[in-house]
Amino acid sequence: MITIVDYGVGNVQALANIYKRLEIPCLLAKSAAELAGASHVILPGVGAFDWAMARLQASGMREALDDLVKVQGKPVLGICVGMQMMARGSDEGQLPGLGWFDAHVHRFDEAKFTSRTHLPHMGWNDVEPVRTDGLLRDLGSDARFYFLHSYYFAPNDPADVLATTVYGERFACAVQRSNVHGAQFHPEKSHGWGIQLLKNFAGL
Amino acid sequence: MLRPRIIPCLLVHKGGLVKTVGFDKPKYVGDPLNAVRIFNEKEVDELMVVDIDATRQQREPDYALIAKLAAECRMPLAYGGGVHTVEQFERLISLGVEKVAASAAAVADLGLITRAAERVGGQSVVVVVDVRKKGKGYEVFTHNGTRATGLDAVDFARRAEAAGVGEIVVNSIDRDGQMKGYDLDLVRLVRNAVSCPLTVLGGAGSLADVGALVGEFGTIGAAAGSVFVFKGVYRAVLINYPARKDKDALVAAAVGRG
Repeated sequence: MITIVDYGVGNVQALANIYKRLEIPCLLAKSAAELAGASHVILPGVGAFDWAMARLQASGMREALDDLVKVQGKPVLGICVGMQMMARGSDEGQLPGLGWFDAHVHRFDEAKFTSRTHLPHMGWNDVEPVRTDGLLRDLGSDARFYFLHSYYFAPNDPADVLATTVYGERFACAVQRSNVHGAQFHPEKSHGWGIQLLKNFAGL
Repeated sequence: MLRPRIIPCLLVHKGGLVKTVGFDKPKYVGDPLNAVRIFNEKEVDELMVVDIDATRQQREPDYALIAKLAAECRMPLAYGGGVHTVEQFERLISLGVEKVAASAAAVADLGLITRAAERVGGQSVVVVVDVRKKGKGYEVFTHNGTRATGLDAVDFARRAEAAGVGEIVVNSIDRDGQMKGYDLDLVRLVRNAVSCPLTVLGGAGSLADVGALVGEFGTIGAAAGSVFVFKGVYRAVLINYPARKDKDALVAAAVGRG
């Protein structure tokens, strides 16, 4: 079953509601035991990097999560800070990340902005897929998603980039490395495009 | 392209939704959850919900209601009202609210904004600045516009940004419910003073007013109450919002003009 890691960070209920509407069973996991039977894992996240990492650690689910993702190879989707946590670390915090990607999370360089609005990157922006299969199937030609962040995920291997967005500079707004996926935007808050993406994830 | 955000702002009073004029004369416009469901179908960019009783009654936010709203919203939700501690910011974010706003508490201590940003990230911390025109400038008010602070709005916005806020919502009490257009002089002053995302509330009477704001300021938040809950000169309650293609056309025309 699709299992959402419920460690007190991020909008687990909005995700669960979308799957309910799609009539796809899903479960909120608050403990390692509840996480154990997952076929697909969603790691949501909002807030500061260290705060989210510390809460995940305190939830007691970190090891079970690592096992599902790294040993069992179950599909996983990190959202927003949940994606950023999959890097080795972040400019925003001191704690190490999960390290599922060879990547680091950087702060946007405000010197590169020409618009009057700088950070955070807040609102609806275009998502340009590098690939249109898997997670990004059937999104149509004008896919846009809701973003709310000041830091961006920078994978060292360009092959990990699934889609890009331009804000000051072009950055990887979605990434994938085998079973591990990340989305910087919020599919659970992006109307039909987000619903399609979450449906795609369930089909992986 | 990062688009301007067109944001219905819903006011919660005695558990129902209301719309005010000049921060007064609340008129009942419906049930909060029902309104969210309608705005879901209309694919609004964002939703702002403000509990206008909480600070005045010195009570906690209605967490049960907010949790229901956040779960129902298929678009981002910003909540304000009665927020004055870092723990409240944390609790509201953990309920699934994307952004939490403080107003009176931020005026009392901008250190709250800094501490909240450290915990939940600056992108989720909003300051709402309620203002009235005073001479050539604007003065900050709190407690639903009942308390003058003596603070200059532009100076306060600048200090809020320095404190680490992720968004400033500037709300014209003079224009609230008037439906005669945004106070563009006020927006100009604040826009020139800060570089963080800015959302403007108070005065919009039509989508043309939204277009005028976007035309001059580009990527900005255009929030409104009356426009999205009333229809016609008699202010019949009817929740409405432009369809995606109409919204895109409005933005394209406005940006092209700008």
